[in-house]
Amino acid sequence: MKNNLILYIGILIFGIAAPFVFPAFKVQLSILCVLIVLATTWNIQGGEMGYNSFGNILFYGLGMYLCASVQVGMFFPLAEWTESGGEKTFVHTPAQFFQGMAVGLIVAAVVPTIVAGLIGYSILGLRGHYFAICTLGLGVAAGEISGGIEIIGAGQGFTTPPFPDVGSLDSRGEFFYFLSFFVLVLTFVTVRAIYTTRFKLILNAIRDNEDKAEAMGIETMKYKIIGWMISAFFCGLAGGIMGGLVGYIDSTDVAFDGREMGVFMVLMAILGGKGTLWGPIIGATVFHIFKEGFWTFFLGWQYVALGVLIVVIVIYFPEGIMGWLREKYPERFGEVVDEKDRKAQVELK
Amino acid sequence: MVFQYPMISVQACLDGILLGILFALIAYGMALQWGVMNIINIAQGDLVILGGYIAYFMYLYGIHPAWGVIVAPVIMYFVGIAIYKLVINKVVDRDLFISILATFGISILFMQLMNFAFGADVVLANSDYGTTMLFNNNVVLPNSKIFSAFISILFAICLVIYMKKSKLGRAIRATAQNARAAKILGVDTEKVYAATFGINAALCGVAGALISITFTIHPYMGLPYTIRSFMIVIVAGLGNLPGVAMSGMGLGVFEEFADYILGTEFRIGSVFLLLVLILIYRRFKLSRKREYLK
Repeated sequence: MKNNLILYIGILIFGIAAPFVFPAFKVQLSILCVLIVLATTWNIQGGEMGYNSFGNILFYGLGMYLCASVQVGMFFPLAEWTESGGEKTFVHTPAQFFQGMAVGLIVAAVVPTIVAGLIGYSILGLRGHYFAICTLGLGVAAGEISGGIEIIGAGQGFTTPPFPDVGSLDSRGEFFYFLSFFVLVLTFVTVRAIYTTRFKLILNAIRDNEDKAEAMGIETMKYKIIGWMISAFFCGLAGGIMGGLVGYIDSTDVAFDGREMGVFMVLMAILGGKGTLWGPIIGATVFHIFKEGFWTFFLGWQYVALGVLIVVIVIYFPEGIMGWLREKYPERFGEVVDEKDRKAQVELK
Repeated sequence: MVFQYPMISVQACLDGILLGILFALIAYGMALQWGVMNIINIAQGDLVILGGYIAYFMYLYGIHPAWGVIVAPVIMYFVGIAIYKLVINKVVDRDLFISILATFGISILFMQLMNFAFGADVVLANSDYGTTMLFNNNVVLPNSKIFSAFISILFAICLVIYMKKSKLGRAIRATAQNARAAKILGVDTEKVYAATFGINAALCGVAGALISITFTIHPYMGLPYTIRSFMIVIVAGLGNLPGVAMSGMGLGVFEEFADYILGTEFRIGSVFLLLVLILIYRRFKLSRKREYLK
């Protein structure tokens, strides 16, 4: 416990100091924070609850569009903004920008949560692969439909308000970094708090045997919906930040990007280890470093590499890094190992 | 608009039925592998597109693309066997989600490889079959659509007879019923799985060749075909061939009407939305059956 406290303080100090120590990587670090948030929240219902969703991208994209629309719509007519495209006929003052961002982020977090609650009852009743395919369809449908809506830019995209001139050139990167880092800390604290309660045990019971959990008197549907709503809340926040960070929203390439972000969050959680607190965080970090380090090296072949990576991870490494560590050093995870029993099992294999 | 001009409805219905027969052929392959191996292949649509490119390349080299209907399945059969040997046989008895994710990876891989190899243009193989006019020239049907529907039905009938009569077909059906019992009785299930995946890929090849003649193909168009075939299979149920044909045609008609009423930009979106709605309907229908658990 004492070690953990030191570890957390160390990470917090590193997180606050990071943009000043590595000023060139501010945007990358912010993206890393968003990725960790996405992987961790995917893990709530993917890893702990056993409901493998491809559709959390729905909340992410929804949050992105909502945040930007609110930020623009609070001060200027939205339709004219999207029509003007890249040309800046309207300019946000710093006060307007930050007010808009704050309200936008709140809306971006709350509305996806409500949406998750509304559709949760019908969709979380599906089991196994039906759920996976249904959420996959949901994500793609959202992308296709939002690509046809005129007021949020349709196919040509939506430019989010540019960061206002507040004197310093570095302030944009620092603002978005600290915003995403704050959301990351918020997510981590919330998820960690959840994982110490009975709620996590209920989620695990649903994963292990839903019918039995129901027979034991747990209202599984209620907890499933709550779990999904927590995911949706943080996905929406992450989407809102990412929209401001990228500065441009396209329906299928940025917001509802099931082919990239939607798969990434699943992949990161699996790479790190499903159903653990630290797994998705480690997975996201390793994945992001790998991606940024080698993406430029592959140059155009990155999606081919991504496809190969998915297949390789899924086939040869489904336990993830945490699962591998657990297999190797069970004592560190507080598991008592009977040496004789272990040897017998190895011989059986 | 649909009610004011009844001929548009007739046109949409006929188009939809001819299109739906093609969907049913793809869905039949999916039902086959789902029933036998219990795998949902997200890469199904990408196999279709790959088959389409085979026909397109024959067209580019001056061979009539209709011959692609014979060449594409032969090539795709071996592609299917290769995919099975490399990836699928490692996930076949694992968690279903693992197989979905693995085939999703294959799908992304194929999409990108096709993008590199054939370019990102929308292409079609022109068959020069002309058109048929019906109802006082108000309804236009390209002959290629009629041809493709005819070929699809032909292949489906051949496959059904093959599954009923041949030794391999019997082995496949036995494995689908009970893999373990089939193994005990001397069926080489590994071989059966490989053959099933190969046959599925070959069916996708036929469908793809027909699609490249009648419609257009593009490297990124695979996923909608996967979703359509998945939808058809869950509506019809596994091993219900007339049901697959009927729901395929129904989906085709739905799509054509969605295209006319909502506009082409919402066509794919409406297909995916329909999938979600069907799954939700199915969930409420099934939940009535397990009411006793509550």
